[in-house]
Amino acid sequence: MNIAQDLFKSIRIVAVLWILTAVLYPLLTWGIGQTLFSNQANGSLVLNAEGKPIGSTLIGQPFKSDRYFWSRPSTIEYGTLPEVAKTGASGASNLAPSNPALFDRIKPEAQRLRQANIKPTPDMLYTSGSGLDPHISLESAQAQIPRLSQARGMEPSRLQELINQAIDDRILWILGEPGVNVLKLNLSLDQK
Amino acid sequence: MLQGWIQIALILVTVIILTPLLGKYIARVFLHKTTLLDPIFGPIDRAIMRTIGIYEPEGMSGWQYIQAVLVSNIVMGIAVFLILFLQPILPFNPSQVGGLSWDLVLHTTISFLTNTDQQHYSGETTLSYSSQVFALGFLMFTSAATGLAVGIAFIRGLTGRSLGNFYQDLMQSITRILLPISFMGTLVLIAAGIPETWLGAAQVTTLEGATQAIARGPVAHFEMIKQLGENGGGFFGINSAHPFENSNGLTNFIETVAMVVIPASLIYTYGLFMGNLRQAWLVYGIVLVFFIPLVIMTAWGESQGNGQVNTLLGSMAPNLEGKEIRFGWSASSLWAIVTTATMCGAVNAMHDSLMPIGGFSTLLNLFLQIVWGGQGTGTAYLFIFLILAVFLTGLMVGRTPEFLGRKIEKAEVILASVILLIHPIAVLIPTAVTLLLPEDLRGISNPGFHGLSQIVYEYTSAAANNGSGFEGLGDGTLWWNLSASVSMLLGRYVPIVALILLADGMKLKQIVPMTDGTLRTDTGLFTGVTGVVILILGVLTFLPVLVLGPIAEAFQLSSGL
Repeated sequence: MNIAQDLFKSIRIVAVLWILTAVLYPLLTWGIGQTLFSNQANGSLVLNAEGKPIGSTLIGQPFKSDRYFWSRPSTIEYGTLPEVAKTGASGASNLAPSNPALFDRIKPEAQRLRQANIKPTPDMLYTSGSGLDPHISLESAQAQIPRLSQARGMEPSRLQELINQAIDDRILWILGEPGVNVLKLNLSLDQK
Repeated sequence: MLQGWIQIALILVTVIILTPLLGKYIARVFLHKTTLLDPIFGPIDRAIMRTIGIYEPEGMSGWQYIQAVLVSNIVMGIAVFLILFLQPILPFNPSQVGGLSWDLVLHTTISFLTNTDQQHYSGETTLSYSSQVFALGFLMFTSAATGLAVGIAFIRGLTGRSLGNFYQDLMQSITRILLPISFMGTLVLIAAGIPETWLGAAQVTTLEGATQAIARGPVAHFEMIKQLGENGGGFFGINSAHPFENSNGLTNFIETVAMVVIPASLIYTYGLFMGNLRQAWLVYGIVLVFFIPLVIMTAWGESQGNGQVNTLLGSMAPNLEGKEIRFGWSASSLWAIVTTATMCGAVNAMHDSLMPIGGFSTLLNLFLQIVWGGQGTGTAYLFIFLILAVFLTGLMVGRTPEFLGRKIEKAEVILASVILLIHPIAVLIPTAVTLLLPEDLRGISNPGFHGLSQIVYEYTSAAANNGSGFEGLGDGTLWWNLSASVSMLLGRYVPIVALILLADGMKLKQIVPMTDGTLRTDTGLFTGVTGVVILILGVLTFLPVLVLGPIAEAFQLSSGL
């Protein structure tokens, strides 16, 4: 078989497979997804009372103020930096465990937490993989109860209750790890 | 702690259970026997074949098969290069991202064409939906299908069959295997939270009043074939650590199983082609003997965490740098090993931040290339090691080496050696050259021993067609784009040509009748010898690099320097 024949066949099979995998497949899954699971398919957005989006249940937000539970440290500030205002972003530190810069970052962070009377927990010191982690560990949420109780004047037991309601648990008791969804938790604070 | 280990075991058991089921199905497809999907895809297959002018698919000779692989891949590559290059004027670009440099376009095209999916860019800030879906999403199917077709042609030749018709194999890999599974998987992923939308990034005002852009897009369908085809190129910069690529424990389970299920099943498929399932399960055993200790080592390392930070915390805690809470140490460690073992290259935690023992294990996977291995090609490499083991044991006992009843002669050993040697050539030479470059061209972001690991990892990942990385490396440069492209091309097409030629030569050989004197390859002893051959031939070349990189880093950490 000469090359021209192969070229001719290749061009045609590439065209056909392109229509199948790059047009029909995305189109069909998009159609079904939008029809059956429109909330998830559009990013699981959370709307406020006026119908404006205030976040996504799957995407974390930066929380720094005393009136909210803090989220994990993020190298990209959860995509709120002005240079990615149009596109959004994701990113990690990519610091090796042997890199002195890692400990130089973690040490003052632990001090800051201790000053706020919060016992440092691993997930509040280590930055996340995506920079958008929506969760903190149960331990990290509970360590912040005294601070929130003071700032909001709420009973610690009530805060514990809200934390429990904001846990995204393992699926089928085994898949994944449980985490407290910080946006859900802080939304429930505002609603009380 | 215990739950983490149970989760790892559960995923492994799931893969082992699925192996004979999918393996049998794949064998039926490529042996052209009737399957469940015939009523739907039979007519489609015939229509596609007629479109390209093939009415009765004819078996190809070795060189014909190679020519078809290369010509079709070049056509795909040119099409995708143009789509990426023309990004600024193409539609579906809601974030209005601009054009790409020619070297990034070239690197990205070669990367996805070779099933590597190494990315020197961040998806959400660099690519439009047109580029993602019409260019990269397309190559995710065809590059996986190319690998699968070659893997099947290889076993056909080894078992004395015609190599088959590449166009038919390419098409059927997609219509019968990749597309149906991807379609079903995508729907589950969407239900579990992964977006599938053509709307641009969502602009939201956070509770504290900041403006946050939430990148989204037609992710779910892309994600599923990315995992299943062992592609690994993320829709978003941070790959499957992004909550929109991997939302929870369920999506993580599906995506982990999807990475490994085809290469695992293909070993069983080979068993059916050989008519010797015992041989297949023994080979499967070799893979598990490498795979399981690597998982345990990595998971142990991550669960013990970073000693320096543990001292600060006052207790032992897992290393969560670059990890998501919803996956934790166990699902992240398992993923890291699966993705480097299978040449997928997707990540759900950052490999640069893994403990040294994790860096060691992921690198070892990339050096060996047979702990499951790439789509189609990985299983073929496993059998290359069987052939080499036959040859070596044959030399030791002074018998003519035979494999599957066919003599192993000079041509076979040369071709097998080429496959074995191209990997260190495509890794170590560019590594050495890069180390000679001025510091700012190297792109190292972590000092000391880890910096060497970063460079070695990048080229190994390229040559093994894996695509994961120690992503701190500043790799978005002309040097990295071009030099990694060379490694990817060598690591992909040289072995493919050698595999097909080897199979073509074996196909024509006379069957040697089995006697008492025949060296049986389906015994525990021979399997053990093969394992040792893999270790010696596969690892020894790279041992100095492992010592200078992750092993030295481990000593450095434990001595507290």
